[in-house]
Amino acid sequence: MDTAVRAIPVRHWGRWVSGGAVVLLVAWLVWSAARSGFVDAAQVRHYLFSPLILQGLRATVILAVLSQATGIVLGVAFAVMRLSKNAVASWVAGAYIWFFRGTPVLVQLFFWYNGVPSVWKSIDVTLPFIHTTLYSARMVDFMTPFMAAFLGLALNEGAYMAEIVRAGILSVDPGQVEAAQALGMTPLLTMRRIVLPQAMRVIVPPTGNEFISMLKTTSLASAITYGELLRRSSDIYSTNLQVVPLLVVASLWYLVLTTVASGGQYLLERRFGRAGSSVRRRRRV
Amino acid sequence: MTAPMVQAERVRKSFGRVEALRGVDLTVQPGEVTVIIGPSGSGKSTFLRCINHLEQISSGRLWVDGELVGYRQEGDRLHELREREVAGRRAAIGMVFQRFNLFPHMTVLQNVTEAPVRVKRIPAGRARATASALLERVGLAGKVDSYPAELSGGQQQRVAIARALAMEPKLMLFDEPTSALDPELVGEVLAVMRDLAADGMTMIVVTHEMGFAREVGHHLVFMDEGAVVEEGPPRQVFAEPHEPRTRAFLSKVL
Repeated sequence: MDTAVRAIPVRHWGRWVSGGAVVLLVAWLVWSAARSGFVDAAQVRHYLFSPLILQGLRATVILAVLSQATGIVLGVAFAVMRLSKNAVASWVAGAYIWFFRGTPVLVQLFFWYNGVPSVWKSIDVTLPFIHTTLYSARMVDFMTPFMAAFLGLALNEGAYMAEIVRAGILSVDPGQVEAAQALGMTPLLTMRRIVLPQAMRVIVPPTGNEFISMLKTTSLASAITYGELLRRSSDIYSTNLQVVPLLVVASLWYLVLTTVASGGQYLLERRFGRAGSSVRRRRRV
Repeated sequence: MTAPMVQAERVRKSFGRVEALRGVDLTVQPGEVTVIIGPSGSGKSTFLRCINHLEQISSGRLWVDGELVGYRQEGDRLHELREREVAGRRAAIGMVFQRFNLFPHMTVLQNVTEAPVRVKRIPAGRARATASALLERVGLAGKVDSYPAELSGGQQQRVAIARALAMEPKLMLFDEPTSALDPELVGEVLAVMRDLAADGMTMIVVTHEMGFAREVGHHLVFMDEGAVVEEGPPRQVFAEPHEPRTRAFLSKVL
């Protein structure tokens, strides 16, 4: 007697139908775009590694890394101030976050690049009393496109990072602070050695998102003539009119940058997820 | 007679409108083990936390080793201490918490050496040697490189005791050190505390372990509703409590 019974898995007909529809739609988009003659693959290949584009790529990476790094430092400082018992510090940090989160980055960039040099004509760093000038320049010379883009992006990022770091600090068990205090550790030492290392688990994932976002936000600096990736691309297509191939080139490079950054984020999360294993256990309770 | 290690005079503490301490008077002599018992919400833990200034008292006076907690006296003036000075005073008082509060991102050894190295600026090598000796004393010589999450509750609490001892405190505060432990792990922590008491450490222990109170305590304090109701030698208080509230409490826990 044959006792074998054939088990028939559930057939997901809906998935096959919808999947097919998506494939057809994408195929049609590619085909119609190719037929239009505006997406020239040869042009894309030609410009992908052209010196101007690579210069722009380097400028994008430099601006993003510097702005993000400065944003993280500002974020930690303002988060600690925001949570401080010192009312002045807390209020200043609150006002900073309110202002920079509350206005568009593009407006901030225009403000740094166009607004500041027309309001303040020069910048002087002078030691008081002994009248030694360390640095002096006309504001228009100081506020280069790079400087304006860096200041705008870093200060804006600092406000977002401050909220991320604050959430991280608040996620640490108050018993940790008490234990550190009971051992005679000062508030600063407690923050540096006990609280921040444990807050990293909560801070790192959204910071990775912030950096990925920053890589793309740098494209706004093209509006104030900073020669990053998008600006270089548009410089080229404004002379040869190969608009779509150059936008494809820029997009491909942005995808490369964000993909690499995502990989880095994954490694960082694995590194910092380990430390707080007992924190993880406490959460379940 | 020697100067008391801790002296409290009409110590009060309010949290908003709730009065946690309503005038606590208490004296702890050096080398003495004082055990504080009482129902939950009686203010035992709050009083303990006032001693190392984790809570600031609302009124009354509290001395530790002859110095007013939270203040520095110059002539007839009292100056409130800055955070840094408060930290300096706390460094001389060890505290063990109900929930251990070990630093989860550090190994057992790092937990014990962190404060001596960072606060007392003891050279790392010497701090490690001291820490190893202390960990051996609490029976955890083999666990120096483990992380707290890899240890049982009893082991974690013994590390916490070693961590406090590494600062060479003149006074040790225990805030319900065995309340978060599985019953079979309570004994190993009490054994370490017993050993410490035999060594002459001044200890204030808030606990529900009546056996420990009776055998190790020199002085038993019963607190209820934010005040000391009755105190005396443990055997005497356990055998013939004078106050009805003490009798009622003891009849429930013994």
